[in-house]
Amino acid sequence: MKITKWTFFSSIVGCVGVVILGIGSVSGMNKKSEYERRTEDPRNKKYTLGDKHSGYVVMTKQTRDMQDDDFSNPAFLWVDAGEAFWNKVQGSKGKSCASCHKSASKSMKGIGATYPVYDKKTKKMVALQAKINSHLVDKMGAKKIKWESKNMLGLAAYINLQSRGMPMNVSIDGPAAKFYEAGKKFYNQRRGLLDMACKHCHVDNAGKMIRSNLLSQGQANGFPTYRLKWQKPGSLHRRFAGCNKQVRAKPYKRGSPEYTNLELYMKHRASGLPVESPSVRN
Amino acid sequence: MAKARVKVPATAQKGEVIQIKTLIPHKMETGRRKHKKTKKLIPQHIINKFVCKFEGKDVFSADLHAAVAANPYMAFYTRVEKSGTFNFTWTDDKGKTVKASKKIKVS
Repeated sequence: MKITKWTFFSSIVGCVGVVILGIGSVSGMNKKSEYERRTEDPRNKKYTLGDKHSGYVVMTKQTRDMQDDDFSNPAFLWVDAGEAFWNKVQGSKGKSCASCHKSASKSMKGIGATYPVYDKKTKKMVALQAKINSHLVDKMGAKKIKWESKNMLGLAAYINLQSRGMPMNVSIDGPAAKFYEAGKKFYNQRRGLLDMACKHCHVDNAGKMIRSNLLSQGQANGFPTYRLKWQKPGSLHRRFAGCNKQVRAKPYKRGSPEYTNLELYMKHRASGLPVESPSVRN
Repeated sequence: MAKARVKVPATAQKGEVIQIKTLIPHKMETGRRKHKKTKKLIPQHIINKFVCKFEGKDVFSADLHAAVAANPYMAFYTRVEKSGTFNFTWTDDKGKTVKASKKIKVS
């Protein structure tokens, strides 16, 4: 072909293009994934157990900083409210939580690591919030409080805080076994218009991005958690409802047997991870 | 008013500038909101003054107005020359006060 200034010019452009592509692919290979960048933090060791890791390790550094400082952890405003409720007399029988349970730091130690438990009266699993409500109604002559109310969130955070750092140790022995199986079945069952099960995100794709979120393993050791998205603390059952709605499945109610059994399965799955309540998540 | 939170370093060098952080849970009702059902204005109820003293001497104080958001967070710096106690006082529109204090050891 004729060598003109056009051929000379286009060959220069071609070479530059190849070089740019070359540099691009090399830097692409060296580029760290979001998962790698977030999990590099040495603080994460405390929240990792073999293959298992808490949601803490996939948060951004700033979120971790917020959780690690009790002063800046916004959930502590609710913990204070929970402590006030613990000491306040509720209902017709003139009792407060403290009347029977005395100091929460002693009596509630370990509770956060072992709930939900099997209730002999109702012959079902009972979550912490449900247990609090049954106490309020049956033993204190008071009214139930809503799961996401300031008092319930505060109480749950305050009680779970007393177990902070202790390894998760939920029992699935004896009568709890069949509820564990029901929870496990729920976890692996496809639901909703998007026809997805919990495991599709949290087992098969943990560590990958889903839109702008980095998927955690969905361990439940930090609840009730202060979720930056909610700008307030929330219960584990609230998160379940959110996850279900995200796959366009109809959510179940707080304290429903479906969610309580799922909670049992998930908390047993998190065995050994330290209780982190109240955690800060995105 | 609920318990206030205060963060003061436990120890410091003589002449060092330290940061003090404070946070107090409070609704800081502006007086401009209307009650959903009665449609009447909810009266103003805010913390209007915050004072920090070190060994009786004023270190930092603030006059707060309705524009300050709920749960006022105030952080400030001060130079410490000797060991002593910081005393913090929050006062609200109804005259209620909340106090807190923290000791610091200066070497």
